Amino acid sequence: MASSAIPSRGPKWHGDYLFLFQSLVAKDFKVRYRNMSLGVFWSLLNPLIIMGVLWFIFTKVFVNRSIPHFPAFVLCGLVPFNFFTLAWVTGTISLVENASLIKRMPIPREVVPIASVLAIGIHLLIQIGLLLAAVLLAGRGVNWQWLWLPLVWGCEVIFVCGLSLMFSALNVYARDIRYVVESSNAVLFWLVPIFYDFGAVPQRFREVYELNPVAALVLACRNILLHAAAPPTPLLLKLMASSSLVFVSGLLVFRKLRRRFYDYL
Amino acid sequence: MSARPVIVCDQVSKYFYRHAGRALLRKHVEGWLRSAPKERFYALRDVTFRIQEGESVALVGTNGAGKSTLLSLVTGLVSPDLGQFSAEGRIGPLLQLGAGMHPDLTGMENVRLNAALLGLTRRRTGELFDSIVDFAGIADFIAEPLRTYSSGMVMRLAFSVAVHLDPDILIIDEVLTVGDYAFQVKCAEKMASLKRSGKTLLCVSHSAGAIEGLCERALWLERGELVMDGPLREVLDAYEGRPPSRQA
Repeated sequence: MASSAIPSRGPKWHGDYLFLFQSLVAKDFKVRYRNMSLGVFWSLLNPLIIMGVLWFIFTKVFVNRSIPHFPAFVLCGLVPFNFFTLAWVTGTISLVENASLIKRMPIPREVVPIASVLAIGIHLLIQIGLLLAAVLLAGRGVNWQWLWLPLVWGCEVIFVCGLSLMFSALNVYARDIRYVVESSNAVLFWLVPIFYDFGAVPQRFREVYELNPVAALVLACRNILLHAAAPPTPLLLKLMASSSLVFVSGLLVFRKLRRRFYDYL
Repeated sequence: MSARPVIVCDQVSKYFYRHAGRALLRKHVEGWLRSAPKERFYALRDVTFRIQEGESVALVGTNGAGKSTLLSLVTGLVSPDLGQFSAEGRIGPLLQLGAGMHPDLTGMENVRLNAALLGLTRRRTGELFDSIVDFAGIADFIAEPLRTYSSGMVMRLAFSVAVHLDPDILIIDEVLTVGDYAFQVKCAEKMASLKRSGKTLLCVSHSAGAIEGLCERALWLERGELVMDGPLREVLDAYEGRPPSRQA
């Protein structure tokens, strides 16, 4: 029941969560592509061009002999990183972008940032397809360790959902949070081993490096796809622990801040 | 008629901070540093009323009197800062033209999206789909993007989804006025039939004609305060007879 102390509720939303998520994800996805003549093909074209450039630069210009399959190696870093940055920014601005929804429709608000991350997840699937194709082209075959992939990618999605919950809520109160996120992404580009090997990182920083779920995911992907090895257990544990920790704290921050969303949107 | 209150509003106040719209980090930092008390603006102040199941209630008042805030409160979009509030049952809100719809999606996609947002299940939406489109009367345009629709057509679609939700409490904020005469008559009939089946109605309208046949009771809000609560005719007479200026 309502009281002045407890954030009171009107009626609860008794809807179909699955249908709601599907509808919102479909909305984001359709809206993004409907006004492009090439539609979803863009999502393929962009990484294809990047791959072409990478292949040219790293097999013709800077020939890197110390790292085998260099284009596939870079792609293992780029695909998770691109997904992460795009999903984080999109998630962060989701509440502000969907202000009319938040102000006029009594849906549970947590659904909005999570749905926008999941809509970006559809691109991720396309790009994972490309990544796997690149790995096969590099001459690395399919192996049983690929079964680890859903787990490690799942962890990344959970991680971005947590960050998006937290930052979308903050962004309602201070719209410049969006730019903080964009700047952090630029910094992060160099803190994730995309173009360099993890082996080049000095031993004393490695433990901390692995706590960053994006870096951990990149390492796990390389283990699985390029070395046909299972990701080391401590790495997996760190990945799962830091993703779930971020998700839970994101949810807590969101719950704390959502009370005044209406006033600020 | 059962006398069970479905909406209970007990000494409810809702305030906004002035300049809350300026949501920038700089503003927050300034706020912490100066710790100046923020200026409050009461959208609702000490409002008390009850609405029984099956009642039809109109909200009247000038622009900015708190009518929309009150409707948002009932819909569950806003929580009170002071006082007790509760509303029970399934709510069918029609608060703003095109809320929860996207201009780039087709009418068909918007019906499904809106139904999901209002809490219908996938299966129920499928069952009701034809009936929703049929009631809206825009079958020719259902595959076109919403941005090509006139505001009357958007309203037809939104109203149609909201009433098909089979809400216990239907909430309507002035949007009906954009419909043409024929559709307004159709809406009035639909609302009258909802009313007969024991549903609760809460609506805002500036045209006395639209609410006269439908509501028997009215609440008159002025500057966030409830100035009058009584039979529709009496409240409307008092409201229309009041001096026009409200500047303090």
